[in-house]
Amino acid sequence: MNAPRRVELVCPAGTLPALKAAVDHGADCVYIGFRNETNARNFAGLNFDARAAADGLRHAHAHGAQVLLALNTYPQPAAFSRWTAALDLAADLGFDAVILADPGLMRYAAERHPGLRLHLSVQGSATTHEAINFYVRRFGVRRAVLPRVLSLAQVEHVVRNAECEIESFGFGSLCVMVEGRCALSSYTTGEGPNTVGVCSPAKAVRWETTPRGLEVRLNGVLLDRYADGEAAGYPTLCKGRFAVRDATNYAIEEPTSLNTLEILPQLVRMGIAAIKIEGRQRSPAYVATVTRVWRAAIDACTADSDRFTARAEWMRELAGVSEGRQTTLGAYHRPWK
Amino acid sequence: MKIALGPVLTHWPKATLGAFYAGVATWPVDIVYMGEVVCARRHEYRFADWLDAAEALAAAGKDVVLSAQALMESESDLKALRRIVANGRFLVEANDMGAVHLLAERGPFVAGPHLNVYNAPTLALVASLGAVRWVPPVEMTRAALAAILVEQPPGLATEAFAWGRLPLAFSARCFTARHYDLPKDDCRFSCLAHPDGLALATRDGEPFLVLNGTQTQSHRVYTLVAQIPEMRQLGVDVLRVSPQFERTGEVVAALRAALDGKLTPAAAAATIAALAPAPQCNGYWHDRPGLDHAAAPAAA
Repeated sequence: MNAPRRVELVCPAGTLPALKAAVDHGADCVYIGFRNETNARNFAGLNFDARAAADGLRHAHAHGAQVLLALNTYPQPAAFSRWTAALDLAADLGFDAVILADPGLMRYAAERHPGLRLHLSVQGSATTHEAINFYVRRFGVRRAVLPRVLSLAQVEHVVRNAECEIESFGFGSLCVMVEGRCALSSYTTGEGPNTVGVCSPAKAVRWETTPRGLEVRLNGVLLDRYADGEAAGYPTLCKGRFAVRDATNYAIEEPTSLNTLEILPQLVRMGIAAIKIEGRQRSPAYVATVTRVWRAAIDACTADSDRFTARAEWMRELAGVSEGRQTTLGAYHRPWK
Repeated sequence: MKIALGPVLTHWPKATLGAFYAGVATWPVDIVYMGEVVCARRHEYRFADWLDAAEALAAAGKDVVLSAQALMESESDLKALRRIVANGRFLVEANDMGAVHLLAERGPFVAGPHLNVYNAPTLALVASLGAVRWVPPVEMTRAALAAILVEQPPGLATEAFAWGRLPLAFSARCFTARHYDLPKDDCRFSCLAHPDGLALATRDGEPFLVLNGTQTQSHRVYTLVAQIPEMRQLGVDVLRVSPQFERTGEVVAALRAALDGKLTPAAAAATIAALAPAPQCNGYWHDRPGLDHAAAPAAA
C-alpha cells in the first residue's frame, strides 16, 4: 500500500471556467470529460473539445494542478474506436491520468500508453481490495475511486489491503445505487450511465401542472408530484416518491447530497489518498464554493487532525449548494444503509 | 440451445428452497445456478446446504454452477467468496471483478451478468482469464450482442438473460428494510415475507419496480422467448430463466417445447406470457427503453 503524503483534493469541471475556478480556489486535481458518450456526464452544452482541454491543461499545470480525464463509460461494441481515440488524444494532450472503468479499454491503455497513469473509475464498481487488486495486477492501476457503498470501517479495510491509492467521495450528488451497477435509467428511458453516460436524461423529462399538483415524468413514468410551495429539484429517478404497499414516500432515496466533511479526520488518518468532489454538471460558482471550503478543511485537517472540526460556516456553505439543501454521510454512516 | 435456471434472487424460506430444487431436478433444464447473489445476511441455506442441493441436482444430470454475490462489501463477504471459489467441485459464476481475480488462477468460470462485459475486447480479456461462458449485461441490445459475437473467442459460450424480472441495480442500502423502517443490520429478514419482491408503483398507481432487499428489479418480466430464432442465428448457446416464486417450471417446460420444435416461438411466448406474474417487456433487445414491449416480428 502506498502511504500518500497529503490528501489530494480532486474537483470537477464541465467547462473551462469551472476548471479555472477549481484551480484558482485550490484544487490539486481537476477531472474533466470530452464532449461525447465516453464519460459519465455526457450532458448537452457540457465538457471539453481538444482545444479547450489543452487550454485547461495549460492553466492547471501553470498553477501546479493536475488534470485527469474521465473516460469512464463502457465502450459500445460498434464504436470501440471512439473510446480508444479519446484515450490516444488524452495521451497526446498530456493529461496527468485517465479514469477508466472498462477492463478492455484499460488493457488497451496499458499496452499502447504504458506511461499513462491509470485510475479505476467509480463506475468500475470495485468495492473490495480483491477487485481493486485485479486492476492493479493486470493493468498497473495507480488509484481506485471507491463506490459510495462502504462504511468507514470497510473503507479502512480496503485502504489497508489495496495495492494502490484509494480515492473516496467527499461531497456532491449521491448515487444510492452502486455506480456502474444501475440500469434504472436505461430501463426507463433507453439511456443510462454505463452505455451513454447519462442518468435520467433531461430530454426524457416532462413537467406538467395538473389539478393534483406539479407532476414530473421521465419518459412517461411519474416520478413525483409536488403540492403548491413544495420545492421541486432535478428529477433523478431514484429520488422520486413512490408507493410501496400503503406508504408513499422516498422509497429509494431522498433528494440529498453526500457530505463527509465531519469525518475528514478519520479519512485522512486511515490513509485515503484523495477526496473527490462530484459535480461536473454544476456551475463554476458551485465548483468555486465547494473547492474553497474543502481546501480550507483539508488544510486545517492536515495541520492538526485531532483538533479539526467541521466549521458551521463550511457546513452552511455546502448545504447551500446541495441537492435538496440537505446532506448525509451516506454509507459511511452505517444506519444510512 | 440449452436452458439455464438462474439463481433465486429473492429470499425464500429453507423449506421452500428445498421443495423448489426438488422440483428443478425433474425439469427440462440443463444448467442450474445456485447460491445467494443479493444479500450476505440471507442464510436460509448455508454453504453446506447449497453444496448438498447442488450434489442432488448434479446427480439428476444438471450442470450446477455456484453463483457468487454481486455486491461485495466486507471481509466476511470475501471469506464467503473464497469458500465458493475453492469448492473444488462445481463451476463458479463470477459477479464482480474480485471473483474474477480469485478465479483467474484456478481454471474455468462463468462471467456473470453483473460483470459489465460490454464489448469484444473485454470479452476477450475474461475469456483469456478462464471464462468458458458469459452472460451479457441485461441492458445489452441485439445489435451490440451481434457486434460482439462476430469476434467471439473460440470455446466461449454465450448465455442470454431470456426470461424473468430484470435485476437492474444493487445498493448498499436495503430498500425492503427501509420500507419497514428497520436498520439493515436488524432487518428481521423482512424480505422473507415477499417471495417475489416488494412492488413499487408510481403515484398514479402504475407498477414500476420491485424492491428485493439491496437489489432493485423491473416490475415487468423481461422476455426474449419470441426472439429464439434470432438468438440462435446470433450464436446464443444458452437461455437463462430467472426463477419467480410460482410457475417457473411451466415456463421452463414451454421454453423447452419451443427449443425442441414442439411449439412455435410465438406459441411458446403466448403460453409463457400467461404464466408471467406481471406484463412483459423486451425493450432492451430492441435498443429501446427496457420497459418497452415491441411486438413480435411478423415473420417469426
